[in-house]
Amino acid sequence: MTTFSINGQPISVDVAEDTPLLWVIRDVIGFKGTKFGCGIGMCGACTVHVDGRAVRSCITRVGAIADASVTTIEGLDPAGQHPLQKAWIETQTPQCGYCQSGQIMQAASMLKDYPNPTDVEIDAVMSGNLCRCMAYVRIRKAIKLAAVELASATHTGATSHE
Amino acid sequence: MVKRILVGLIIVLLVGTLGLFAIAWRPAIEPVAMPAPSSFAADLVGKGEVLAAAGNCASCHTVNGGAPYAGGRGLESAFGTIYSPNISPDPETGIGRWSEAAFARALHQGVARDGSHLFPAFPYDHFTKVRDDDVHALYAFLMTRPAVNAEARANTLPFPLNIRALQAGWKFLFFKRGAFVADSGKSEEWNRGAYLAEGLGHCAACHTPRNRMGAEKSSEAYAGAIIGGWFAPALNSTPTAPVPWTQDELFGYLRSGATALHGSATGAMSEVVHDSLAKLPDADIHAIAAYFADISGAASTQALVEPAVVKAMAFEHRATDASDDAGANLYAAACASCHYNLGAPPLAERPELALNSALSAPGPSNLIHVILDGVGRRDGMPILLMPGFASAMSDADIARLAAYLRRTRTEQPAWSDLEATVSKIRGQGGA
Repeated sequence: MTTFSINGQPISVDVAEDTPLLWVIRDVIGFKGTKFGCGIGMCGACTVHVDGRAVRSCITRVGAIADASVTTIEGLDPAGQHPLQKAWIETQTPQCGYCQSGQIMQAASMLKDYPNPTDVEIDAVMSGNLCRCMAYVRIRKAIKLAAVELASATHTGATSHE
Repeated sequence: MVKRILVGLIIVLLVGTLGLFAIAWRPAIEPVAMPAPSSFAADLVGKGEVLAAAGNCASCHTVNGGAPYAGGRGLESAFGTIYSPNISPDPETGIGRWSEAAFARALHQGVARDGSHLFPAFPYDHFTKVRDDDVHALYAFLMTRPAVNAEARANTLPFPLNIRALQAGWKFLFFKRGAFVADSGKSEEWNRGAYLAEGLGHCAACHTPRNRMGAEKSSEAYAGAIIGGWFAPALNSTPTAPVPWTQDELFGYLRSGATALHGSATGAMSEVVHDSLAKLPDADIHAIAAYFADISGAASTQALVEPAVVKAMAFEHRATDASDDAGANLYAAACASCHYNLGAPPLAERPELALNSALSAPGPSNLIHVILDGVGRRDGMPILLMPGFASAMSDADIARLAAYLRRTRTEQPAWSDLEATVSKIRGQGGA
């Protein structure tokens, strides 16, 4: 039995400790926004936040996140209005959309470390999030757009997003 | 004539053996009625709890998930596996009937209550330095733990190494009995640190290489050593870490489990930080840091920190054509999202590999352990989690990645036999 919280709700799951967190999120808890891509931590589609930092859930054993707080794309913003999500729509970033929850979760984590990222930083940090539709140019654009909104939200003292 | 020589030989052998046993013999100390837990003052027990943490007694005397201090953990040595005994106050299988004098003799001389010699897997060569008043508190703490009935497991030492009397010879050669002697030329803080590090802390037990007889080489104190498949880095003046270990860095690492300029405590060192040192007050951690900062000559290296960080950070941007470098591709896909850093100093939450002591160590074992098994939320820096890549990367991939990181982020010579080493460490199972 492993206990942790997911999107703010406490949960206990009765699965083997070495079960990948991704399986628990999708098949036990039922949040389908997080995607299975490669299963070996090389594509980023399964990215979620563990204690606020981006982690590849496909190679993270559920036993390793006991007592942690996990956030998936469903919990990034209660109304789906995180600046990154808004920027994604505004720039019409996704094509097929399969990688986007991982892209957004990774980008949200990056914006905490680098609130005003350059192209070099975006390319370096986001290089582990693959997009087969090659939407990289729009992903970069959306991240910069979100960074502007986050910066202005911080300056005006508005509630900060996760 | 032949008969005479034979008889003579037998006599010499007998006398020699008897003589050896006479030298090796120690009297048993009479068992006592188990002291009532209520006979120990609470503040004495509290003091003993901190000291037991400083000595990390529980680490060796407890199996994973087992009852505290009930023993049974196997310590693998070049000679065989030695299982830690039960040091809970169980009268039958633990130390419940040991008097304080018997307990003190074990710590100071490596002799059990029944007079038999203990193996130096038990670091009495360090505990001999522990002051009597601290032994008194440790005794109070252990005697007030829950008694657990657990027989000691038999060691797997082969004959004749399993003859405890022969330990007298080892002691004659390598053991210097005696309490810690303060160095009046040093500060009070330094002496406190030295007392903790050399005594209960037994830091050298892992960080000093051992000779063929399993004794610490005094001529190579804190030169770094391989232990349990990990590398315990050098703490003397020849560390391989790119940035000098200043007193502040030592304190930060020992207190929190990680620093931005050196990396995270993993393996046994994570236990030391999070289970053992965590119970010690800041003043004691500062003291230990002051002691090791002096040993490594940190006072003269303070000025080197900033240039070393700037230099290491430049490695991150060494040009590598990722498209035809398998190691660089692996790094970009699997590592950079968390480890990439731009500025100097790097962000603590983005552990900078060019500064990481695992990459600059003489051998690859620590890096391979971490790539395979990750870093748990309770290890290294609190909360920060790195998943392991054991099920994600082949031995060849991990070898490529390690070689790439070593080549691009350090100026150290390449590691050899990487793939075989990965395979070996993977075969040993989890950290």
